Amino acid sequence: MASTEHVRHFQEELEQLKVRLLEMGGLAEEQVRLAVQGLVDRDRDLIDRVIAGDEPLNRLHIELDGRCFTLLALYQPMAVDLRSIVAAVKINTDLERVGDLAINIAEASRQYVVHAPVKKLIDIPRMAAIAQRMLRDALDAFVRRDTILAQRVLDEDDVLDDLKTQIFRELITYMLQDPGTIEPALDLILISRHLERIGDHATNIAEDVIFMVSAKDVRHHAGEGTETGRR
Amino acid sequence: MVQTAVPVPTPTVTPTAFVPAGAPAKIDVRQLNFYYGPRRALDNVTLQIRPHEVTALIGPSGCGKSTFLRSINRMNDIIPGTRVEGSICIDGQDIYAPSVDPVDLRRRVGMVFQKSNPFPKSIFENVAYGLRINRLARSRDALGERVESSLRSAALWDEVKDRLHTSALALSGGQQQRLCIARALAVEPDILLMDEPASALDPIATQRIEELIYQLKARYTIVIVTHNMQQAARVSDVTAFFWLGKLIESDRTNKIFTAPSQKLTEDYVTGRFG
Repeated sequence: MASTEHVRHFQEELEQLKVRLLEMGGLAEEQVRLAVQGLVDRDRDLIDRVIAGDEPLNRLHIELDGRCFTLLALYQPMAVDLRSIVAAVKINTDLERVGDLAINIAEASRQYVVHAPVKKLIDIPRMAAIAQRMLRDALDAFVRRDTILAQRVLDEDDVLDDLKTQIFRELITYMLQDPGTIEPALDLILISRHLERIGDHATNIAEDVIFMVSAKDVRHHAGEGTETGRR
Repeated sequence: MVQTAVPVPTPTVTPTAFVPAGAPAKIDVRQLNFYYGPRRALDNVTLQIRPHEVTALIGPSGCGKSTFLRSINRMNDIIPGTRVEGSICIDGQDIYAPSVDPVDLRRRVGMVFQKSNPFPKSIFENVAYGLRINRLARSRDALGERVESSLRSAALWDEVKDRLHTSALALSGGQQQRLCIARALAVEPDILLMDEPASALDPIATQRIEELIYQLKARYTIVIVTHNMQQAARVSDVTAFFWLGKLIESDRTNKIFTAPSQKLTEDYVTGRFG
């Protein structure tokens, strides 16, 4: 990257990449919100719309990969610029998976609403709210280069895991009492599992943000972060 | 040339200086200051360079990297009004000690320049020249063998073996540069200094020089100045970043280009200045 003109152009492209990544994050988050709302309201139309609504996310997934690829090839970025693009590639994949999980939730919901409700849904909407917040915070952390916020996302993942375990234990008791609830209860267990996975993707994004900003790799055993490039 | 009496300097390593583990330093530079008249071109540079590694010196124009390179074989001696403080030891010997013969030093520390500068002689004579003046070949046959092995080492033999006695000036730019490398290798140095060796070459010729650097490091210690950051990233094991005569940071090359410790280094390698 020789001239300042070059650098300016690169920075503009990088900015554009971030904007599109945020758009994608917004779409993925909305898909999750609608899927869970469809479940809670037993709204089959809404559920079907979520299932059919994957296309914009898939298009952005491909577009963003292309942008990253082009930036790498044309500018051969170094240091923080390189880390930003590598982070964008990974975040892109995470967001696409979140979109897929929203569809999985909608599909399980479509099965679920065929049966009578097993119970009043309390913890699943709570899980959904946490997962969405984690996703939003992770993306905000990405845009603001805020490692403190990213760390908060990592800390929140445990809450989600605990809720999933709690839901599982509670539904077991329903299934033991009445085998007729097994099918819909399994759907709810699946849904809680999908929400927990969404939290995992938000966690991945938060880890990528920390890597992008401070070059510290905090994956697998947070706190023992090693800087990249060390031999 | 004023040689300042240097008491054994306390090793001062800046927090971001790369400290090589294992093998002792081939080139050990301590608290080096260099002056062109009143102007200080190098400011308290301490750097250890390990054997059989490629060290790339990067930094904006005028940052002192070429001055640093040229001080390793005392090429700066020929510029009037220059002055050196601190020490540079090669294999533990201070190269600025009065007992050191700069001509002998330059045989051990070869140099390749930005612009290829073959003598207006035949290809053979270009490589044989250093061998003749240093009386390094005992016979005509021995001379021929040394010329051939040097040209082979510089990955040029196959292209010139049938025209060894034609003018070196008829070679292409890339070939001329490899001829200069062969000429430097002929006198069997341990260290090879390269001052932007590929900056005047096309991408293919550049690639050949880079491949050559990779092969040569098995036998030589190489220090290269380059303005091309990608080139530094591709060919070197260690990268040292200079700015305004100071060594700002030196570290493993993959560290410098993925996660440098210093803000200045990061700004430079990402093209934000320089």
